[in-house]
Amino acid sequence: MTKRGASFPRNSKLSLRGIEKSFRQDGSSLAVLLDVTLFARPGEFVSILGPSGCGKSTLFNVVAGLVQRDGGIISIDNREVQSGLGNVAYMQQKDLLFPWRTLLQNVFLGPEISGGVHEEIQSEALELMTRVGLRGFEGNYPAELSMGMRQRAALVRTLLFHKDILLLDEPFGALDAMIRSVMQHLLLELWMDYRQTILLVTHDVEEALILSDRIYVLTARPATIKGEISVDIPRPRKVTDLSFVDLKRALLDMLQGEIERVFA
Amino acid sequence: MIKRMIYPGILLALFILFWELMVRQLEVPHYILPAPTRILRTLTLQQSVLLHHTLVTLEEIIVGFLLAFVVGVSLSFLMFQFPVLEQTFYPIVIGSQTIPVFAIAPLLVLWFGYGLPSKVVMAALIVFFPIVVNTLDGLKGADSDAVNLLRILRANRWQILWKVRVPSALPFIFSGCRIGISVSTIGAIIGEWVGSKEGLGYLMLHANAQLQISLIFASLIYLTILGVSLFYLIVLMERWVMPWKRFSEAR
Repeated sequence: MTKRGASFPRNSKLSLRGIEKSFRQDGSSLAVLLDVTLFARPGEFVSILGPSGCGKSTLFNVVAGLVQRDGGIISIDNREVQSGLGNVAYMQQKDLLFPWRTLLQNVFLGPEISGGVHEEIQSEALELMTRVGLRGFEGNYPAELSMGMRQRAALVRTLLFHKDILLLDEPFGALDAMIRSVMQHLLLELWMDYRQTILLVTHDVEEALILSDRIYVLTARPATIKGEISVDIPRPRKVTDLSFVDLKRALLDMLQGEIERVFA
Repeated sequence: MIKRMIYPGILLALFILFWELMVRQLEVPHYILPAPTRILRTLTLQQSVLLHHTLVTLEEIIVGFLLAFVVGVSLSFLMFQFPVLEQTFYPIVIGSQTIPVFAIAPLLVLWFGYGLPSKVVMAALIVFFPIVVNTLDGLKGADSDAVNLLRILRANRWQILWKVRVPSALPFIFSGCRIGISVSTIGAIIGEWVGSKEGLGYLMLHANAQLQISLIFASLIYLTILGVSLFYLIVLMERWVMPWKRFSEAR
């Protein structure tokens, strides 16, 4: 376990140094991100764990380029960038499928904008739809399907953005426990094939442990990195494994003080 | 659909029966209140006259509606894209609604004559407002997360407009159209009352002068059928343009 300020690896896919952001609110300023410094190696699955309302989504909005940051450096492939705009795919708790498009039309959104839906994309889309169990539903509208199915379609759409960095903002937060676990396995399976760099924001300790290579714990607002944990348990992981339980305890200890601060 | 028509149908039938009996019982003169059977006779005898005037009114409504639609939707898009235009036009559009179209109808006849154009303008003026307000609301109402999703993909503003804002505005545009088509008859009829040589409004005025009250009622029936048909035409188009909507409504 290392504290923040640890040195960065020589090659990181995505790195954030000293990200700061505060919002103006009725004349006063609300600091949301105080100093967030973290990195992800190429193909690494990194989770960011933090109490609710600690600014995790703001962090993603900053990285994605939707919100201007006040300070700090974002680098992609060791090169400083304005933001991740155009370089990252983003998926939220809301599936954000367009109700006026069929599932297939929805997953084509990325290719449509970046250059066109050619044959290769079509066969890839159909293959992915099959893998997530949506074969036969290509022509259906989102409103006809369950939440779980819609979120699977959103996952396919995110993959078809063809970005090698995925920002997943509590993507399974709205699903019930059983479907969430199915989705987690699906995500792992697809990630093992595609090997994108994934940054996952969650407040679910078990989800972070099942999925990630490394986990950062954020403090309560204003957010800084409280600590970092490497999860060296071979996949597939079981929540009942002793090493799993140990790490879970360590993470919960780390989070405990922060949760108390939120409710203080 | 048919099931829902049963009760109002029964009520209407009873009302017409009551009407018929009262007129006969009290011997009301037909130039005050004609019996339903007399109206029915007028409907069959004057069929071709009624049809001719209905088609005239229909043309005024359709042309007026289309004019309002094209101008209204375009103005909304421009106002949405350029806030300066919204700041300029929106207060005027709202303010103009305080002037009743009826009040300026004589002027419109003066400027556009007794023929089609003055009625078209009248109908368009009345249809314009609900279409503009609803379209603008719809364009603004798009889910900001959906817009952001496209921004992350580096979509340009036209792609965002076309792929997110327009489809999410469609239900609003159609509700504007539904309100618009319902009030469009008012514009056309008022226009015909103020000055015209044809149309259902003209026919009613003409019949009134000659104490052919049953012809007024017959015209009203044609006007009602016209209005309801146009309304359902919009509803059908809505279903055709937005096939996804019936699923959303089921939820």
